[in-house]
Formats: sequence, structure tokens, C-alpha cells
Amino acid sequence: MIPEIGHFALIIAFCLAIILAVVPAWGAWSRNTRAMAIAPGLAVGLLVFVGISFACLCISFLQDDFSVKVVASNSNSLLPPIYKFSAVWGNHEGSLLLWALILSFWTAAVAVFSSQLPLLVLSRVLSVMGAIGVGFMSFLLLTSNPFARLLPGTPADGNDLNPLLQDPGLIIHPPLLYMGYVGFSVAFAFAIAALLGGRLDASWARWSRPWTNIAWAFLTLGIMLGSWWAYYELGWGGWWFWDPVENASFMPWLAGTALIHSLAATEKRGLFKSWTVLLAIFAFSLSLLGTFMVRSGVLTSVHAFATDPARGLFILVFLALVVGGSLTLYALRAPAVTSRVSFEWVSRESLILCNNVIFLVATITVLFGTLFPLIMDALGAGKYSVGPPYFNAVFVPLMALLAPFMGLGPTARWKKDSVRRWQAELAIPAIVAVLCGLTLPLLHADYNLWVALAVALSAWLVLGLLRDLWYRVRGAASLGAGLRRITPSYWGMFLAHLGFAACVTGIVATSQFNVEHDLKMAPGDTETIAGYQFRFVELASVRGPNFIADEARIEVSQDGRLVANLAPQKRRYTATGQVMTEADIDAGLFRDIYVAMGEPVGQDGAWAVRLHYKPMVRWMWLGAILMALGGFTTVLDKRYRRVRSPVGALAGNEAVHGA
Amino acid sequence: MHPIRKQRLYLVLFVVLFSSAAAGLVMYALSGNINLFFPPTDVAEGKAPVGQPIRVGGMVLDNSVQRSNDSLAVTFVLTDFKSNVTVVYEGILPDLFGEGQGAVASGKLNDDGVLVASEVLAKHDENYMPPEVADALEQSGFDHKGNAK
Repeated sequence: MIPEIGHFALIIAFCLAIILAVVPAWGAWSRNTRAMAIAPGLAVGLLVFVGISFACLCISFLQDDFSVKVVASNSNSLLPPIYKFSAVWGNHEGSLLLWALILSFWTAAVAVFSSQLPLLVLSRVLSVMGAIGVGFMSFLLLTSNPFARLLPGTPADGNDLNPLLQDPGLIIHPPLLYMGYVGFSVAFAFAIAALLGGRLDASWARWSRPWTNIAWAFLTLGIMLGSWWAYYELGWGGWWFWDPVENASFMPWLAGTALIHSLAATEKRGLFKSWTVLLAIFAFSLSLLGTFMVRSGVLTSVHAFATDPARGLFILVFLALVVGGSLTLYALRAPAVTSRVSFEWVSRESLILCNNVIFLVATITVLFGTLFPLIMDALGAGKYSVGPPYFNAVFVPLMALLAPFMGLGPTARWKKDSVRRWQAELAIPAIVAVLCGLTLPLLHADYNLWVALAVALSAWLVLGLLRDLWYRVRGAASLGAGLRRITPSYWGMFLAHLGFAACVTGIVATSQFNVEHDLKMAPGDTETIAGYQFRFVELASVRGPNFIADEARIEVSQDGRLVANLAPQKRRYTATGQVMTEADIDAGLFRDIYVAMGEPVGQDGAWAVRLHYKPMVRWMWLGAILMALGGFTTVLDKRYRRVRSPVGALAGNEAVHGA
Repeated sequence: MHPIRKQRLYLVLFVVLFSSAAAGLVMYALSGNINLFFPPTDVAEGKAPVGQPIRVGGMVLDNSVQRSNDSLAVTFVLTDFKSNVTVVYEGILPDLFGEGQGAVASGKLNDDGVLVASEVLAKHDENYMPPEVADALEQSGFDHKGNAK
């Protein structure tokens, strides 16, 4: 009964989405206020019905209703309840329903929190989001119904969730990532609404900015969690593989990073308007492309649940419609929204331009590397694969190029600045940064040029930020008063840039200084890497709720002092018989010690064991968390909460239709 | 020239120069870092280059996995049931690697036609087959258990 309710609620939501896509858009076109005014109500209704549908799927999972196909193939009565929850989106159908749920959540959020928005704009924005909802819900209903039953032929027990996905990080990774992915649909909807209205000004950028920042922050967190999960769960200590699926989430992030900077210039200076619109279209299209690549089964990946050509074709057609449609609209309307605002070469605008060019080129190179194998395959030119060396070779120089400009950014003034002022402000930070680069890596045993460069660049970013902060507070009566005067927008930028610096340091230090050693160890054996002694104490057998495991007890000590007792496991999940590695990690701010078990080797109870020493690997994820915090902080700024003025309720100074 | 136009011209020049530099970098990086997939039959027929990075995928032949007793060296045979390729690898194999399962190995062929692998990938869950392996089997005309279709 419950799955039928869920299915029915999804159909109702689909109908609501169609009305939302059509009626308010028509109202905006014909200036019919009543037709426009139904949009917010419909948006909330959409959320309610998709929410009911999603809740029904969750209940089916929690109740072990194996007559539902997705439950039978992705859950098991022995699966711990919390993982039954994550099993809801650990499959193709459920993850798409989550997509739809989050889309309707964002739609309703725009409807509720946009009191300052003119009704005309609001109705267009919600209509666009409704149209995206129609696309996704028809995809769900036509090709991937999560409520399909196995009647008759209900199995006695389910197939169990892929053990790789049975992990706390994976409970929140997909929702966070989707919050980001789908969040860009808001920026996209605002851009399309602006193109439809032919009105693109500072207030448009001001409405669009907080949504974009939040979406970007969620995407940052989602990617960071994915990387962290891969690190401790896949059992080989890597944290980024340039896997096509990782790239699928990384490309919208790169385009989104360009977008949030270009939006700043649009809001503050009325610049780069049509460019910003293009970036918004680009970011959301990349999100859709990511969904297509991940869900269509064209890729070999842990994320590719299904290989069903009909589904792939559907998303491809949807993608073509969205990209083609929005670019056509852009071509038709963008000339009407161009600006004639000038700026000097030495100014913050130029620096933002550098940011945009670098991030866009980075996006395109990653896109190229990701699509190259697919294109070659489609052309019948052979099955190529593009490995991490390609991505590192193009991506690392681009980011290194970014950092010098990024350090200047916060200090630079809008419109016109002078090189002399930059010299006066930043000479000391620059010198200290170089000194840091020369000396700090000496703290580690061997000096490394790459680390020196990374430290120098990060120090340049951090010192530039601190210099600018000092510049802003020094005029105040007291330090506290000065700090209080600084806006949340500024703090957001501060945190995000700080996070980027931490990320760069962490990535370079861990890539250059990590020590990885795979070897054969029997109980009683000792091995030393990076100054740590690893002693294989004993091998034990352990029983979990739905698995049995071999557990190696390994004692780690440094200079005779015990550092940690690690107990990595090799699990065999009873429902599927699938074997999985569970690494054990002693985490620290300056180093991680990582131990994982390979397989039994030889006759004497020996195992292949992976011992890793990873300095500063946490800085990367802490940096990403700082970036996300920064994104969230900007939204607290007062200027985003101004109430709609009654005069602007139905924006009058809009371009005439067809003009 | 109008100052805004002039600025735009410089802007376009800058973007063009920068993108060409990036495109050059991409081509350079790509030339050394892509590798092509070969089914075992192609390798056996000598279609795969020796000493170049390639990938070979197929099913791991039953009773072919041999572990060394004192190191992590391992030898196994990949098959598409028409031809076989011997693979040597040193290191830890993925969890879902096993005899009678699909796997993809990347590395270089040596003069004896043995693939010296630097990486071995297996499928990541029970019901999933790497697309390249499925394709290789499609070409050889056998199913994943070795029965002729």
C-alpha cells in the first residue's frame, strides 16, 4: 500500500510541476497577476508531494518491503537501520528521487525566502525550476520508477546494499552533493528569468548571489566528503583519482567558482553581465552532464548503478534540450542586456577576470579529459582512458598561476587601482611569503621544491588576507569594534580564501611527502616507515551485524613510545559474500597513519599489508570545510535581506517583449 | 579606437593567447598519458604495441592466479575464451578480484607478450561487469562463463 501512495504522490507532484512550468510563465508573459501569484503555492505543494513520495520509499526500506524492486535489490533484513536509510539513495531510482526531492526543496525555498523579489521575476524563476522538475520527474516515472513491485515473486530477503556504501560518510555525501548540483539550478533559473525579462542589473545579481553561494558551499562539502570517503573506505589511501565521476562533480564546482566571482563583479559594478549569465547556464549544464555521465552507465564506476540505454538516451535528450534551449535564448536575448561599464587594467575587475579565465580553462581541460574517452569510443576510434597524470599536468600549473592573482584580490580596489599602492600594501607579505617558502619546509626531513612553492603561495594568500583585514580594522576605536564592522560577505571571502590556501598546502605536502609501503607481514613482524615502527601483534576473527572479518592488530610506536593501536579489517559480507577492506587510520593535524589489509599470502598466516604515512592530508579537507563555511557566511549579509519595495513589486522598467 | 573597444580587443587577445597556451599544454599532457584498451585476442594477434602503456581486460582464468611465497608478486591470466594474456603484477589486488571474474589490467607488454601491470582494476559489485570486458567478450563470442553464444 505504502509504495502505491508514494507512486501516486509522485504523479501528483509531476502534475503540479507541469502547472508550475506553464501557468506562471504564461502569467509573466501576459502580465496576468493571478496566474503569476499561484507560483509560490505550487512550489510548496511540489515539495510536499515529492516529500511524501520520498518518505514512502524510506518507509518501504525501513520495513524491509522486499516486494518493492529497489528494496529487494539494495537492502537486506540484516542491514543496520541507518544504512537502510542510505540504501534509499544508494541506487539509481532512489538517487533520482532524491534529486527530485532536493530540486523541489530548492524551488520551495526560493518561493518562501524571496519576499524582496518582484512577482514577475519570481514567477519566471519558479517556472523554470518547475520545468526542470517536469524533466526529472518524467524521467523517474517513465524509465526509473522507484516503486516498481516484484509481484508475484517477492524474494524472502534482499540482495543487500553494496558494502562500499555501508558507511556513515555515504549517508550524507549524496544529499550534500545533490544540494550543490541541484542548487545551481536556482542560479540557472535566475539567469533564464533575467534573459526572458531582458533585465539584468545589480539587483538581479544580488538576488542570485546568495543562492549561488549556498549551492557552491554545499557542493564543496559534498566533494570533500566524497574524497574523504574514498580515502578511508576504498582501502588504498588515495583521496582523488580524477575518476570521471569525481570530475563530474568537480566541473560544476570549477564553473561555479568562476560564477560566484563573476557575480560579485556584476553586483558591485554592473560588469560581465552576459558572461555571468553564460556561466550560470554553464554550471547547471555541467551538473546535468554529470548526472548523465554518472547515471547512464557509460562509465565504469562505483556510482554507475544501471546500464540501461533508454535511461542514458533520456538524460541525453533532456541535456540537449536544456543546453540547446538556454543557449538559443541566450543568443536571442543577451545583446539586450550587455553593459557599457569601463574599468582600468589595474583593478579588482581585472583580477576577477583572471580568476574567471583560469577557472574556465580548468573546467574545459577537465571536461576534455573526461569526455575524450567517451567521444573516441562513440567514434569507434578505440577505448582510450585518460589517466591522472594528464589531469595533474594541466590542472596543477593552472592553480599555481591562480594563486599570485588571488593574493592581490582582497586588497585590490574596484574600477581603478595603482601598482604603486599594491607595492606599498603587499611588499612585506610578498617578502615574508617567500621566506616562509624557503624555511617552513625545513621542518620536514627532506627539503622539497614543490612544497616550498606551495608554502610560499599559500603564505602569500594568507598574509595578503591578514594585511587587508588589518587595513580594514586599524581605523576603528578598538580591535573588537573594527572586527564587528566587517561584513559577513567579507568574512565569507576571508574564510574561503584561507581554506583554499590550506587545501593547496595539504594537497602538495601530502602528495610530495607521503610514504606508501605495501609488504608481506606475518604476526610478530616489525616494519619501520617514516620513523614509525609497525608491529603486527596478532590476527583475530571478528563478527559484525552483517559481516565476518579478519582483523589485524597492529601496534604503531615512535622512538619506543606507543602511538596507536590500529585494527584494520578484511570483511566478508554474509548476504552477498562480497569482500571488503576496512582501513584503520590514526588521524592527526600534521600526519595520518594509515593501515589496510590486502590478502593472505603464503602458508604461515602472513598477509599483504599496506602501511602509509600521510603528512598534512587533513588540511585538504579542513580547507574545503573552511571554503564551505565561507560560502555559507556570505549569506548572512544584511543586504540580501532587504524587503521588497512596494513600487518595485511589478518591475516596470523592463525591456519590452520582442525588443 | 573607442577605449572600451580597445579594452575588449586586448581582452580577446589575452583570452586567445591564454587558451592557446592551455590547449598546447592539454595536447602535450594528453600525448603521454592516454592508453588504449585491447581485448586478449588483439594482444595475441600482435595488434597491441610493445612497451607502450595499454590496458587489457577479460575474465581471470580459473586456477591461473599464482602468488609468490615471499613477496607480493602475482601472476594471472586474462582471457576472452579465444586467447589468453599472462599478467604479472606486484602489489595488493582489489577486493573483488578473483578467478572467474572480470578484471582490467593496465601496464606495458614486454617482448614475451606478458603484460607487466602497474594497476589492476576489478568490478566494484557483484552484478557489474567493466564495460570494456563486456565488449571484449561480445567480440570473442563467449559469455562470461566461457560458453559459446
